[in-house]
Amino acid sequence: MTDHDIGTELAERVRDAAAARQPLRLVGRNSKAFYGHAVDGETLELAGHRGIVRYEPTELVLTARAGTPVSEIEAALAANGQMLPFEPPSFDGEASIGGAVAAGLGGPRRPWGGAPRDLLLGITLLDGRGRILRFGGEVMKNVAGYDVSRLMAGALGTLGVLLEVSLKVLPAPAVEESLVLTLNHEHALARVRELARQPAPLSGACHVDGRLYLRLSGNAASVEAWRTQIGGDGGNEADIWRDLRDHRLPFFASQQPLWRLGLPPATPRLACEQSVATDWAGAQRWVHSDCSGSEIRTEVAKSGGHAILFRHGNDETPVFHPLDAVRQRLHIGLKQVFDPAGILNPGRQYASI
Amino acid sequence: MSTESLHNRRERLAARLRGVIAGPHVLSSDEELKPYECDGLSAYQVVPLLVVLPGSIEEVQAALRICHEEETVVVARGAGTGLSGGALPHAEGVLLSLARLNRILAIDPDNCCARVQPGVRNLAISEAAKPHGLYYAPDPSSQIACSIGGNVAENAGGVHCLKYGLTVNNLLAVEVVTIEGERVTFGGGGLDGPGLDLLALVTGSEGMLGVVVEVTVKLLPIPQRAQVAMAAFDDVETAGQAVADLIAAGILPAGLEMMDNPSLRAAEDFVHAGYPTDAAAILLCEVDGGNEEVSEDIAKVRQRLLDSGADEVRTASDDSERARFWAGRKAAFPAVGRISPDYYCMDGTIPRKHLPRVLREIARYSDESGLRVANVFHAGDGNLHPLILYDANNPGELELAEEVGGRILELCVEVGGTITGEHGVGMEKINQMCAQFPPEELQLFHDLKAVFDPGTLLNPGKAIPTLNRCAEFGAMHVKAGDLRFPHLERF
Repeated sequence: MTDHDIGTELAERVRDAAAARQPLRLVGRNSKAFYGHAVDGETLELAGHRGIVRYEPTELVLTARAGTPVSEIEAALAANGQMLPFEPPSFDGEASIGGAVAAGLGGPRRPWGGAPRDLLLGITLLDGRGRILRFGGEVMKNVAGYDVSRLMAGALGTLGVLLEVSLKVLPAPAVEESLVLTLNHEHALARVRELARQPAPLSGACHVDGRLYLRLSGNAASVEAWRTQIGGDGGNEADIWRDLRDHRLPFFASQQPLWRLGLPPATPRLACEQSVATDWAGAQRWVHSDCSGSEIRTEVAKSGGHAILFRHGNDETPVFHPLDAVRQRLHIGLKQVFDPAGILNPGRQYASI
Repeated sequence: MSTESLHNRRERLAARLRGVIAGPHVLSSDEELKPYECDGLSAYQVVPLLVVLPGSIEEVQAALRICHEEETVVVARGAGTGLSGGALPHAEGVLLSLARLNRILAIDPDNCCARVQPGVRNLAISEAAKPHGLYYAPDPSSQIACSIGGNVAENAGGVHCLKYGLTVNNLLAVEVVTIEGERVTFGGGGLDGPGLDLLALVTGSEGMLGVVVEVTVKLLPIPQRAQVAMAAFDDVETAGQAVADLIAAGILPAGLEMMDNPSLRAAEDFVHAGYPTDAAAILLCEVDGGNEEVSEDIAKVRQRLLDSGADEVRTASDDSERARFWAGRKAAFPAVGRISPDYYCMDGTIPRKHLPRVLREIARYSDESGLRVANVFHAGDGNLHPLILYDANNPGELELAEEVGGRILELCVEVGGTITGEHGVGMEKINQMCAQFPPEELQLFHDLKAVFDPGTLLNPGKAIPTLNRCAEFGAMHVKAGDLRFPHLERF
C-alpha cells in the first residue's frame, strides 16, 4: 500500500451524509470492531487515508494520516530507537493510528508512558459538517484555545473523523527485562503498590494466574540494580506484555462477558472480581463475573472507578459506564457542536451521542 | 444589562452574596477591591465590581447561582500569578477568589495521588507528599506562590515537561462547579473516567468553562538522584544543535534549558550561579532517576555536549552547586527585571529545529525597535520565553514592546508553533489568536464554551477572540508551513 491523502473525498462524503442525515460507521482497520455498541450506518472507510506525513526523530514528534497501520509507525520509530509510549493494542487484527487514538486504549505501559490522550499533540479533524479543522500542533506545549485534540482521544469517532494525528514519541529504553514472582492477588497488589512508590524503572506490572509479572525499562545499570533488588525469576517473558495487550492470554479465551474495571490502583479485590487479570499496577482489571452489570457498576463506582463491558456483552447492558445528569448534558451539547446532524458513529459510545 | 447604576448594582449584589458567603468575605469598598485589579500581568488593570472569597464548595455554588440569576460575569482567580491576564477582573463582574479553599484534603500514598482544594500552592503539594517519598511533577517557576486551581486553568508547565508532561498529564480528576451552580467531576479515581475526556477539555480552559473546586493530582516517586550539567557555547546555533544531538542519542533529560547571553548575564549578576558570562548561550541539562541510571546518563550527556561543540561542560559537584545552577535559571525573569524598568515576557513554542532562525529574527526585531530582548528557552520542549525590555515611563514604549511581542508570536505560528506554550492566552495574546486559528475553529471554540456556559458569564472576553475583533485587529490566520520567507533554507 502506498501513501494516500483522501481527506478531500472523505470531507465530501461527510458533507453529503450530513445533508442526507445518513449515519456513518467509521472504520479504520477494523481491529476493534467489537468495542462499543454496533453502529447502524454506511461504512466510512478510513484505511485508504494513510502515510506518515512528517517524522523528525530529534523533534520527538510524528504526524501520520489516520489510516496508517500502527505497525508501520512502530517500525519507523524503531529504526530511530524511538517508540509510541502508550503501547496501543491491535487485538486480532492490525490497528490504525487513528483508531488507536479514537479508542483511547493504552497497553501495559500506560501508567508510566501515558495514554493516547497524553501523547496527542494535535489533530486534523473532519467534523460532522464535513469541515476540515486543525487543533493543537506539532509542539510539546500548546495552550492556545481549548484542547479539542485530547477531547477526541477516546471519543470513538462520535465527535469527528480524525484525519491526521500528531503524537509525541519517546526514546525506546536501552534495556527491557521482565521478572516473574509467584504471589497471590493480594500480595501481588501490595508488592506492586510498594514498588510504585519507589523510583523503580517500572514499565509494566500485571498479575495473571497467580503470578506477578514486572517489566523494567531503562539503561543497563538501572535495570540490573532493580532486578537484583526485586528478586524473582528473570527469563524470557517478553511475550506476556504483547499477549496481555492484545488479549491473547488464556484468560481472555472465555466467551463470558469481559469487563474492564478502571479503579484506584490500591483498591482491594472487589466482590465482583470473581476471575481477574490485573494490569496497570492495579488500576485496570479484566474481570469475568457472575454479578449483574448494575451490581458491578455500583461496586466499582463506590470505589471511585468505572466499568466498561469490553467484550461479549448483550444488547441490554450498556457498554460504557452511565453518566450523571450534568455530564450527560455536556456530552449531548458537545455532540451538537461537532456533529449537529448526528451522523458520526451515533450510539457507539452512548445512545445519546 | 439593566440601566441600574453600577453603584446600586454593586450594593445590591453584595447584599445578596453576603447572604450566602459567611463572614467578611464579600469585598465591595474601593480600597478592598484595588489589590485585585490585576494578576501577574500588571500592564492590564481593571477594578472588579465585587470580590468574593468563598470558604467552601457550597459557598462557591451559592455565589455562582446568584451570579447566574443576576446575569453577572464571574472571573475566577487563584493566586493571581498568571502572566497572560487570565484573571484580569471585569468591571461589571464578580471576581471569585479561590484563595480560601487552601486545604490539602488527602495525601494517598497507596494510590500515589493527592486530593487538594484549588487554592493550595503548587509547591505545598510536593512538600506534603515528601514524607511518603512522592512529589507532584509540574513545577512552573512561580511554584512557591501559584495555586493548583490556577495551574489547572492554565495547564501550567515548568522546566520538567519534556519528561514529566504538563498539568494535564498529571491530573486524575477535577471537580468543577458549573455556572448554574452544579457540581460535576471530570476524570476519576483510576487512570481514566467514563465518557468523553472532559478532564482534558477543562484543563487549560482559563476559567471559561467552569470553576475548579477540587483537584486530584498524580504523585510520582522522588527520583533517587538528579544531576545537572552546564554547557557553554560560543554561538546560539551550536547550542541549538546540541539539543537535537542529545535527543538523537536517546537521552530524555528531566530538564533542558537554554539561556542566551543577555539573560545568563542578568542571572549571573543577580544570583551568582557560576555561569560563564562570556558565553553566547548556556545549556542546563538535568537527568534524574536511580543512582546507577544517573551516573551512566550524565557521563553520556557530558560527552555528547562536548562532541556537539560545547566550549566547556561542568557537572554540578554537589547538591548545592546543582541548586545554584538552577537558581540562575529560575531567577531569570526577576534578574532581567533588575536590568530594565519593565519587561514583557513572551511564551511561544516552536519546533526546535527552527530555533536559529527564530532567534535571528528576534534579534532583527530588537535592532529595528531599539528594544533589548533576552531569551530564556525551555529547549527540550521548544517553549521560548523572549523577554522584551522596555520602560513604561517612556511614552510609546509599552506599545512598541507589545508590537515586537506580537511579531514574535506571529513568527512562532509561521514556523509551525504556537503563541502560547504554558502561560495561556488570557487578555494578553487574544489578538494573536487570530493569527493562530482561522475563523471556523474560533467559532467552534465559542460554540464549545456555550455548551458549558450558554450565557457567556464565565471569564468572557478572554482566551478566544470574537470574529469581529479579529477583523478589526486585521491579522490573518498564518498557515503553519506557509512561510513568508520561502527563500530561506529549511530542513
